[in-house]
Order: sequence, then C-alpha cells, then structure tokens
Amino acid sequence: MSTEKILSSDGLPLEVSLRKAERRNKIKALLLVAPLFFFILIIYVFPIGEMLFRSIDDRKITGMLPKTFKTMENWDAKELPGEPVYAALYEDLSYLKETKTYGKIIARLNYEKSGFSSLIKKTVRKINKFEEGNYKEQFIEVHKKWGQMAYMGALKRAAPKWTFAKYLKGVDLKYDPEGEIVQVPEDRRIHKILWMRTLNVALWVTIFCFVLAYPIAHLLATLPMKYSNLLMICVLLPFWTSLLVRTSSWMVLLQQQGPINDLIVMLGIASDDNRPELMYNVIGTFVAMTQILLPFMVLPIYSVMKTISPSLMRAGKSLGGTPLVAFYKVYFPLTVPGIGAGCLLVFILSIGYYITPALVGGASGTLISNTIAYHMKSSLDWAFASALGAMLLIGVLTVYWIYNKLVGIDNIKLG
Amino acid sequence: MSLPNYTPLHYKIWHYTYLTICGLVFFFLIAPLFVILPLSFNAEQYIHFSAKMIALDPEAFSLRWYQDMIWGTKNPWGLAAKNSIIIAFFATIGSTILGTVAALGLSSRHMPYKAAVMALLISPMIVPLIISGTAIFFFMAKVGLSATHTGIILAHIILGTPFVVITVTATLSGFDHSVTRAAASLGSNPVNTFMKITLPLILPGVISGALFAFVTSFDEVVVVLFLAGLDNTTIPIQMWVGLREQLSPTIMAVATCLIIMSTLILLTAELLRRRSERLRGINR
Repeated sequence: MSTEKILSSDGLPLEVSLRKAERRNKIKALLLVAPLFFFILIIYVFPIGEMLFRSIDDRKITGMLPKTFKTMENWDAKELPGEPVYAALYEDLSYLKETKTYGKIIARLNYEKSGFSSLIKKTVRKINKFEEGNYKEQFIEVHKKWGQMAYMGALKRAAPKWTFAKYLKGVDLKYDPEGEIVQVPEDRRIHKILWMRTLNVALWVTIFCFVLAYPIAHLLATLPMKYSNLLMICVLLPFWTSLLVRTSSWMVLLQQQGPINDLIVMLGIASDDNRPELMYNVIGTFVAMTQILLPFMVLPIYSVMKTISPSLMRAGKSLGGTPLVAFYKVYFPLTVPGIGAGCLLVFILSIGYYITPALVGGASGTLISNTIAYHMKSSLDWAFASALGAMLLIGVLTVYWIYNKLVGIDNIKLG
Repeated sequence: MSLPNYTPLHYKIWHYTYLTICGLVFFFLIAPLFVILPLSFNAEQYIHFSAKMIALDPEAFSLRWYQDMIWGTKNPWGLAAKNSIIIAFFATIGSTILGTVAALGLSSRHMPYKAAVMALLISPMIVPLIISGTAIFFFMAKVGLSATHTGIILAHIILGTPFVVITVTATLSGFDHSVTRAAASLGSNPVNTFMKITLPLILPGVISGALFAFVTSFDEVVVVLFLAGLDNTTIPIQMWVGLREQLSPTIMAVATCLIIMSTLILLTAELLRRRSERLRGINR
C-alpha cells in the first residue's frame, strides 16, 4: 500500500496544517491570558519579591563605610585589626562628617551593639583634629571602645550586604557579640508568643468552624429545596456583608453593657457590678472570627454533600450498619474533600487576619498581622515588617502546598 | 424532615437534638447582624438596648443618626461614600474585563501550563491581605501612586480578579464550544462571535464575578489603610477609624445601610446563579 500523504485544502500535508492550527490556538489562548498575567506579575508578584528582598537588604550601611568594610575583608576578627582598617575608618568617617550623613549609621550600628551611638558621635566631633599616620592609637585615644573586640567585631558583622538579622528577631533570636545565634533576654521574647497565639487561634477557629459547619451543611444538603434555599440565606447574608459591619455587631454584643452580658447577669452567672470582659481579649477574637469565617467552611462542605446520593446511606444501613457506622464508614469519608477545602480556606484566612483581632482583640488577642501593621505604620521598621510578612507568607504557602500534596486540590480519595 | 411513625425513640431524640443544634448555629450566624438594625434607630446616644426600646415605646426610636450620617456637621461619610463608589466602580470594571479575558484563555484546551498560571492568577486570594498591602504599598510609593485613587483602584483590581477568573472559568466549564465554531463557519469574525454568542451565554458568570469584585473592593480595608491619604478615605476606613474610637449610633446607621446593600447584592447573585444553572442545563 502506498503511504501517500493526505493533503489539506491549502496543499500542505494534513499533519503540518493541523500543527499550524494548534499553534495558532495556543498563541490565541496565551494572548488572552497575557494581560492579566503581566498585570499581576508587575503590580503584585514583583512587589512581593521586592518585599522579600527588603527584609534581608542591609546595603545602606555597606555603602556608607565602603573602605572600612573593604579592608576588614582580610581581617579574621580574632584580635584587634591593624592600622589599615583604622585608616580606612578615618577616611569613611571624615567623609560622612563632611556630608553630615553619619546619623544614619548610628541607628544601624547601635542595633548591632549598644554604645555605638556615643562612640560615633564623640569620634566624629574630634575627627578633624586627627593627625596623619598611626590612626589606630588616635582612635583608641578618642574612645577606648575602639580598642575593644566587642565593638570592632560588631562593625565587621554589619559589613555584609545581606543579613538575616530581621528574621532572627522575628523568632526572638539575635547575634551575640561573638557572632553566635542566641536567644534574646527572657523579657523580650514576644514574637514567639505571638506566632504561637496566631497558630493557636487559626487552629481553634478552624476546629470550631468545622464543628459548627458540619451539621448545618448536612441539613442544608438534605432538606427539600424550598426550605434549604431559605436557610441558605442565613449563610450567604453574613458572607456578603461587610467585614466591618459584622465586627461592629460583635462589638455591640460583647461590650460590657451589651446583650450577652445582660443575659449573663439575668441568668445570675455574674453579678451586675462584676460583668465579665468578653471583648478586648482572646475570647472576643475567637468568637467573632468563628462567626465571620463560618460561611467559608459551610459552603465547600455543603457543595460536596450535595453530590452524595442519599441511597448510599440507605445501602450502608441495609447492609447491617447502624446509622452511626454507616455515617462513619460511608458518608463521612465522602465529605472529606469538602472538609479539606473548608479547613484550608478558614485556616489560611484566619492566620492572616487583621481587622477583627485589631478591633476586638485588645492586647492579648492581637495576632501576627497586627504586629506587621504596627511595624509598617508606627515603628517604621519596614525591614522587620517585611521579614515577618515573608515568614507568614512562607507559612501560608507551605500549608497550601502540603494540602495540595496530601489530598490534591480537586480529586481527593480516602480509603 | 418529618420522621416516620416507626422510628425508634432514641433516633427521634437524636434527630430533634440535631435539629436544635442546627437551629442554634443558624441563629449564631444570622442574629449578630440583626442587633445592629434596632440600635441604629435608637433615640439616645448609647449603644445598648434601653428599657424603653424593649417596651417598643415609639419615643425611644428616631431617625436622628441617619440624619447625622447624611447632613451631620464635619461628617466624613459623604466623601467616603463617593470615594468608595468611584474606586469600587473602576476596580470592578478592571477586574471584570481582565478576569473574563484571562478566563477565556484559561478555559481553552490549548492553554499550556494551565495549573501553574491559574495558581498565580488566584494567588491574591490566598496571600494574607496584610502581605498584599505591604507589598503593594512599597510598589505604589515607588511609582508615585500612593494616596491616589489610581493606586487604590489598581490594588483592588488585583484583589478582585481571582473571583472573576474563578466564576467565569466555572461557567465556561459547561460551555458548548460548537456554538462558536458554528458562528465562525457562518462567517462571523471572532470579536463578533464573542459579543453575540459567547458573552450572552457566560454573562451570569461574568456578572456574579463582577459582584464579587465589587464587594471585595467596596469592603476592602487593609490595603486601603496602607495606600489611602486623607482624600482617599472610604466607607470601610471611616468605619475602622470610628470603631477604634468608640461605637457610635451613626456607625450603626451606616452599618444598617451596608446590610441592606448586601441583601440586595445577595438576592442578585442568587438570581444569577439560578439563571446560569438553567442556561447551562443543570437540572436539580
């Protein structure tokens, strides 16, 4: 049999013609996606990348003491450096004094080792009187700290362009004068508590939401349409309502003179002049976040339950299972995809929650997001805010990734 | 959900316990919203139920806080409402166009790296808002768009597109592509086919995506907190500022208006969802 090529209408072999058409379709699809893709890349993904960059960026000081750091490269930091380092330091500091920019390095160096502030200020004041040659002795004469390893070592540690110091600070660690990583003093270990609280709140809110959502999702999925549509509004109305409206309604409910406290007093659980604090602590954060995030748990579970045929439960029962066994062996495993999606959504949303904890959380109910906002807006330590943000981002993406690996986003099978 | 007569007693007890639990959860979900309504009509300046209010004394109710919201001296709500509407309007248009076009490409079976691209496009929904806010703030400051409407609108387009992409892709998953091929074979150009055939069919998905984008922008406060200057204040920002100081009846009045708005949006979204399911031939 001859293997004559089949030709399409334009005279090309069918194979080539088809490939051409496929390529055209591919390009068409790519062109449609391209605008949004580049929009998100430029205004969203790159800025997040830049934020990560900012969290390790320490080039400001590197640029201000360039000669000192260059000569320090050859210094092993075991004993005091030699004359060249001090000579370079003299040149750098003279230049900084001339341009009146030495203030900027003070804060940075003081962060590395306290005491640099007075040291630099005093040295800069006297630097014009320095004579040429023998700078090391002159420096130590101005201030004896220039002859101490603790200070010279700290100076060398500030040299690299990149630093992970902000990340260490985010988990209550720091570099000690010898350059080892150590814990910060006990009374300053605040960030670990914050991370633990954030995880704790996210975990418990997810659990509460699941426990509350499962029965009502089941009811919604099994009720006849005309009733379930009405009840669905109870889930959807909070879902569509402004977050601030819902938070303010919790502020009304939980305040000291609010309806819930009135009820507690009426039932005689607490006396009128001893009303419990339900808000501005972690209780407020828990209750309000659970109610606000509940629809995000109900909807995915509901949509999975909707697809489960009721005959499966009947079959389970007819094969001798009690309703409990039938539920546990048949129904529950089928709902796992919905539970997974709901838990993932609620956990990810609550781990980065900001508004509600800030309004009803008080001091003991604030989460990591609130700290990031504080460093962005009040302390203006943007590098630290970026580092905390990066750690949170890594956490969220890890949860997402693990979930995707373990159960898969759309096809989840169990048992 | 009535039970047959032969149901054993302990099942009956379990069944009614279950219904009670469900009732309590529904109450927990919806009741907090309804606390706000009566308080916004409070005649006094306090945010709790006075004895007169509980007795339904007409004197205990008034519209003064609505008056204060609209005509009050030095009140920020007028400007905030104007800004919120402008920002949400343009952000919705932007997200809807970009999201719908991208969804059309993503639904094509010729699209390479579909999963990865989709993951990137919906990432603004996964990443905590505080991180998005921080990152976008640095960017807008660098390009000189901080404290401008444009900057906020661009940020809100980013936050709104994932919803449009998701809803439109879902609508397109049941889309019969032979109708567009039929149009093409009858001599219609691609733009004409899209406007006359595809768009009307996927319109419910597009509109519900647009509603999501609108609500996202209208309700968004974290990113705006970073980007807004004094001239760009929005309703959520004003509520946030007000709530940090103290609860005021005027805020209750604003909240009531927002609840009414969200009820209307909910009804629209539900109608659209049903229409879309009917159009796609999903029978329930």
